[in-house]
Amino acid sequence: MNRRTLMASAAIGLTLAFGGTAHAQGMDKVKACFVYVGPVGDGGWTYQHEQGRLALQAEFGDKVDASTYQENVPEGADAARVLTQMALGGCNIIFTTSFGFMDATNEVAGKFPNVKFEHATGFKRDHENVSSYNARFYEGRAVQGVIAGMMTESNKIGYIGSFPIPEVIMGINAYYLAAKEVNPDVELSVVWAYTWFDPAKEADAAKAMIEQGVDVVAAHTDSTAPLAEAAKTPGVIGFGQASDMTAYKPSPRVSSIIDNWAPYYIERVGQLLDGTYEQADTWAGIKDGEVEIGEITEAVPAEVKAAAEKMRDDIAAGTHHPFTGPINKKDGTVWLAEGETAPDGDLLGMSFFVEGITADIPK
Amino acid sequence: MFTLEKRPSPSQFWIWATPVLAVALTMLAGGGLFALLGKNPVDAIRTIFWDPLFGEFAFYLRGQLLVKAGPLILIAVGLSLGFRAGIWNIGAEGQYIMGAIFGAGVGLAMFPTESRWIFPVMIVAGAFGGWLWAMIPAILKTRFNTNEILVSLMLVYVAQTILSKAATGFLRNPEGMGFPGSRNFSSFPAARNTDLIAGSGMHWGVVAAFITVIAAYVLLQRHILGFQIKLAGQAPRAARFAGVAPTRLVVMCLGISGALAGLAGMFEVTGPAGQVTIDFASGYGFTAIIVAFLGRLNPLGILLAGLVMALTYVGGEMASTNLGLPSAAIQAFQGMLLFFLLAVDLLSNYRIRFLKGRAV
Repeated sequence: MNRRTLMASAAIGLTLAFGGTAHAQGMDKVKACFVYVGPVGDGGWTYQHEQGRLALQAEFGDKVDASTYQENVPEGADAARVLTQMALGGCNIIFTTSFGFMDATNEVAGKFPNVKFEHATGFKRDHENVSSYNARFYEGRAVQGVIAGMMTESNKIGYIGSFPIPEVIMGINAYYLAAKEVNPDVELSVVWAYTWFDPAKEADAAKAMIEQGVDVVAAHTDSTAPLAEAAKTPGVIGFGQASDMTAYKPSPRVSSIIDNWAPYYIERVGQLLDGTYEQADTWAGIKDGEVEIGEITEAVPAEVKAAAEKMRDDIAAGTHHPFTGPINKKDGTVWLAEGETAPDGDLLGMSFFVEGITADIPK
Repeated sequence: MFTLEKRPSPSQFWIWATPVLAVALTMLAGGGLFALLGKNPVDAIRTIFWDPLFGEFAFYLRGQLLVKAGPLILIAVGLSLGFRAGIWNIGAEGQYIMGAIFGAGVGLAMFPTESRWIFPVMIVAGAFGGWLWAMIPAILKTRFNTNEILVSLMLVYVAQTILSKAATGFLRNPEGMGFPGSRNFSSFPAARNTDLIAGSGMHWGVVAAFITVIAAYVLLQRHILGFQIKLAGQAPRAARFAGVAPTRLVVMCLGISGALAGLAGMFEVTGPAGQVTIDFASGYGFTAIIVAFLGRLNPLGILLAGLVMALTYVGGEMASTNLGLPSAAIQAFQGMLLFFLLAVDLLSNYRIRFLKGRAV
């Protein structure tokens, strides 16, 4: 067989394997694969997805092979190759767990119509086999904002942003609004780290803010470095992000947002097994158990704890929305009128800070 | 027991044998590392070095090797010219970023015009961006005698800042709902750097890399500039007597390497990457330094070294997904390659002499 025949046979094989048959009636065995932006040992974001993968494997046993995953995948050209390798390698469903994998996910999904792709935190679903899933992290941020606003002595609270994307911006806004509600004098500093996972950079950002007098540090990055930095200065507190980060209890970690992906992974793979799987765009929050508030420790006074828990319970009950008007944008224009709550579309495309935040979104 | 003795001139045999030896030692030590992690070392090494070339999915992965090796070769060839003359451009990563921003910027400014002239203009703009960024250390060095290593390296961080400004600001996709990142070139055919044969991985950047290898080879063998570069590196004083103007050489070497790095960035952003994003820069500019030395600063050597380096990336990913090796182990494995190369390089400049008689 010469080289051209080989190439042709490979191309035909590819078309046969991934072109024709649709499996509407469910499957006997599902191979589920995961693409991670950081290492599974980051103690935060990727760690929680890894816990979801392990829970998925434990739930279905022999019916699911969830052993394939790749960590530290750069967001960009390399992601498309990793995804293609996984699709070629027989994965039936691939979870891509970072915003920056969005274009690569859609690109590869177009070439493998029979493989299901599930992209976390994005908005593009160019093909029928691409679904998006996300969690309402901003609900947890509102709970943290209550604690931050009541706990700060210097009235300066800080936030380490990863990238200026809507998901992060809405978290910052929710955090600030809740803090300001309980403490009108509060000032918020924002530092952009331009990374999801880089412990050295995250620690630097925390350090810079603490030196400016910030005594409550929240982070939207993936490692425990900001908490480790906060632990060096007495009186500075912070929060576990994405994972509970219990190693820093009771202080500086006074509470946390825990991303609980396991139920979603189990649900989606289960649907693939029994044939009820459909394209979806999911955005679950505290009510659904996808966003959990980690234990509020004894480092926090009882009335602060009570106020934070009330916020959590009100959100869960649906009686309070973290974005309830009147809210103006930073430039002074009206965003939400009295009593109005933010539509999801506004949140998902959020590119502005609310009035009162002095920091800027990089333009 | 033994002592090292400097050779009067580097051994021709070992100059070419050391890279091969380094790859072999990396396989051995890496295999040991993988065995300690509880994996079959033979499987792991085969997955990294054999499967991407001849395995089940080679038809796809061979193309990916070209995609990965193309920019590395393009940048490394440029760097090698300067390195030979003792001009150390460490900031190719920055020039790569600037080339991407200039090239993409010019293209996006013309969106959605469809004309066959757009892409050539973008190529020129990309090369110009990289060249411009390299001219800063060049002028500072020739005018004020600053250290080009420091200046070019620091400019990488400046370029990264400009890149995040571009992705979140002036090049941001106006239809992107506020998300950072430029328009994707897949929706702009006239400016898109596509595979010349679908699925082959052979895009214009890879073609440019091959042409550059040949051009650099001819330059070094036949052209007066190539002669001056080699002379300046081997005998700077003699070069001065022979009429080599150091200023001109600095400007030429930094300019060529900058322009080539800019080209690589431009081809990458319009092709495999597809858009300007905050984390577009993935370290090609730094990895190319390793490739340049692995290839003995020789264009043909760099061609091979770039392909071997690409193999460790693509194969490393395979090993990571298929065998469950942690990505840190793969990175350590890639690091070993440079470590062993530097270690065995000793052999080309020194010979080992065993001392007879008394033990020390």
